[in-house]
Amino acid sequence: MVSKKTILTPLLAAGALLASSSVFAAGPTAETLAGTCSACHGYQGNSVGIMPSIAGSTAEYFTDTMKAFKSGERKATVMGRVAKGYSDEDIGKMAGYFSQQKPVGMKQSFDRTDAALGKKLHDEYCEKCHEDGGRNNEEGPVLSGQSKLYLTYSMEDFKMSHREGPKKMSKKVKSMVEKHGKGGVDAVLNYYASQQ
Amino acid sequence: MSNFNRRDFLKISGGLAVGATVVGCATNLGGAAKARVVVVGGGVGGATAAKYLRMMDPAIHVTLIEPNKHYHTCFMSNEVLSGDRSIKDIEFGYAGLAGHGVNIVHDTVTGIDAEKRMVKTADGDSFMYDRCIVSPGISFTWGAIEGYDAKVAEKIPHAWKAGPQTVTLRKQLEAMRNGGTVVIAAPTNPFRCPPGPYERASLIAKYLKTHKPKSKIIILDPKDKFAKKGLFTQGWKRLYGYGTDNSLIEWVGGAAGGKVESVEANNMVINSQVESIKADVMNVIPPQKAGKIAFSAGLVNKKGWCPVDVATFESHIHKGVHVLGDASIATKMPKSGYSANIQAKACASAIVAMLNEKEPGVPSYQNTCYSIVGENYGISVGMIYKYSKAKNLVTPIKGSGGVTPKDASMETLKREAHYAHGWFDNITHDIFG
Ligand SMILES: Cc1cc2nc3c(=O)[nH]c(=O)nc-3n(C[C@H](O)[C@H](O)[C@H](O)COP(=O)(O)OP(=O)(O)OC[C@H]3O[C@@H](n4cnc5c(N)ncnc54)[C@H](O)[C@@H]3O)c2cc1C
Repeated sequence: MVSKKTILTPLLAAGALLASSSVFAAGPTAETLAGTCSACHGYQGNSVGIMPSIAGSTAEYFTDTMKAFKSGERKATVMGRVAKGYSDEDIGKMAGYFSQQKPVGMKQSFDRTDAALGKKLHDEYCEKCHEDGGRNNEEGPVLSGQSKLYLTYSMEDFKMSHREGPKKMSKKVKSMVEKHGKGGVDAVLNYYASQQ
Repeated sequence: MSNFNRRDFLKISGGLAVGATVVGCATNLGGAAKARVVVVGGGVGGATAAKYLRMMDPAIHVTLIEPNKHYHTCFMSNEVLSGDRSIKDIEFGYAGLAGHGVNIVHDTVTGIDAEKRMVKTADGDSFMYDRCIVSPGISFTWGAIEGYDAKVAEKIPHAWKAGPQTVTLRKQLEAMRNGGTVVIAAPTNPFRCPPGPYERASLIAKYLKTHKPKSKIIILDPKDKFAKKGLFTQGWKRLYGYGTDNSLIEWVGGAAGGKVESVEANNMVINSQVESIKADVMNVIPPQKAGKIAFSAGLVNKKGWCPVDVATFESHIHKGVHVLGDASIATKMPKSGYSANIQAKACASAIVAMLNEKEPGVPSYQNTCYSIVGENYGISVGMIYKYSKAKNLVTPIKGSGGVTPKDASMETLKREAHYAHGWFDNITHDIFG
């Protein structure tokens, strides 16, 4: 885990350099802004409920996601309303903060048999982009350790075009479902949920 | 630390010993602490502030004074009434905070001497502080409704502080006959959790619908509007026949004479401006004001709430004392748990800056309140706010926030209900974990 110290030090150092009036001009710090997210997304971005963990998102993925919520391009329950309250600069600061937090897998129940099958399917259909069993965040969000219910919602959203996904992803999912049925998707999600 | 005396030193080292047995926590009190903060009240605001102070600057010694060994969250207490949760599911202890090195003292604060910077407790102890945080929640204006006082409230619960009264109300609902009448008396503004009484009516209706479908809930309300009214009534129509003769819920607003004037506890009769209702179960939520200690410490204005600087939450009346949560006036944030949690972080961050001789940073605030209307049916209201220094206001950011759209699909409403539960899991972990 990124220790508190590493986060605090640069912020405090920056604060010390600023004259009192520019403390205000600089706006809320990254840590302050991130603090407004934790009631829903968990302390330091690691969720223990069904909302997704945002710890360990790359700055780019976080920023793109917030912008998609803001523009309405990505459908949401509350995040569309929430994202509109933050400027691009705010979003940039939060993105920096969450990219530095280490993701911690959520404690949740899962089906062991499904998870074992899911691992195989993941390796075959998903691993190419979501590397390291979904732990890698370079091609998108961290999948391992996310809430299973949230991932289920995400898959529904991709299917309904409520959320834009890469073309190659829909192709892969389609061929997996053709071969293994809808249970295949569920198995893969059980695999991600098993990584705690 | 000029007024650090021997008695305090004993207190702190005593506290350390207790902390150490809990988790061998890393309180760095080997030498003198940098500064002492005393937090009054271990509810949402107080517990969050204590934890975040320790996270932000472990050199600060934090003592939290709270009479109860366990805290019951008001949020999701309405699900205890519907039977969807047990009281244990909304119960939290203080071991998590002790693990962060917060010195926990179970006692009631009886006075705050802002000049001497000293807090006094019922057990006769006193605690010196450099900064004091007060988050005592609400107290009730007894006498506003004739015949309803603290003693009657044990039999006819308000259940507006979760705990034993929540359990009493649940038991009364369970014992009620099919065909019984439940009366909820909603309070006047401002009060804790604006959508709360209406979520409560919804969740009681959810229980009655399956277990006692011939029963009825009447909400007597002194107001003509309430939070998320359009969404609640839409949900009530869909789920509970609202507006029909067989509706499980009836709402009587102020214009229709919904203001409650008196309660006859012995006959179980409640008298509004226009009618007297014989009830099987009554839930009377009286008008509210800041928690009692805010009055004894002289932190309140004429209206009974605490005026503060909304960036630091320092009292406008007593320097060095910060008031947050329901007791404070943080217009235009609603009195909610989410608000108290966010205010606590802003306050903790300002205090850390002040104690380190730095200027407090710019706060950022948010509130999202979910309400459960029925099975797989949730709605929400949210807002992002910014600090307005000139007006000392927490002002909504234009274009942000708002309520669940009226044309939201059933799928969206289902997700909102699930997210409400997820919010509960995360905020309680943020506060007590
Ligand atoms: C039915 C209901 C549903 C709700 N649902 C939601 C919801 O869904 N979302 C939401 O955000 N909010 C909700 N709320 C509101 C939320 O519970 C409050 O806004 C929140 O608890 C306020 O926090 P606080 O710190 O001000 O007070 P509290 O959480 O009440 O904490 C006050 C603490 O101070 C202690 N205390 C008081 N006096 C003293 C003293 N003299 N010495 C020491 N300790 C003292 C008390 O024992 C208590 O532990 C709901 C409220 C109700 C009633």
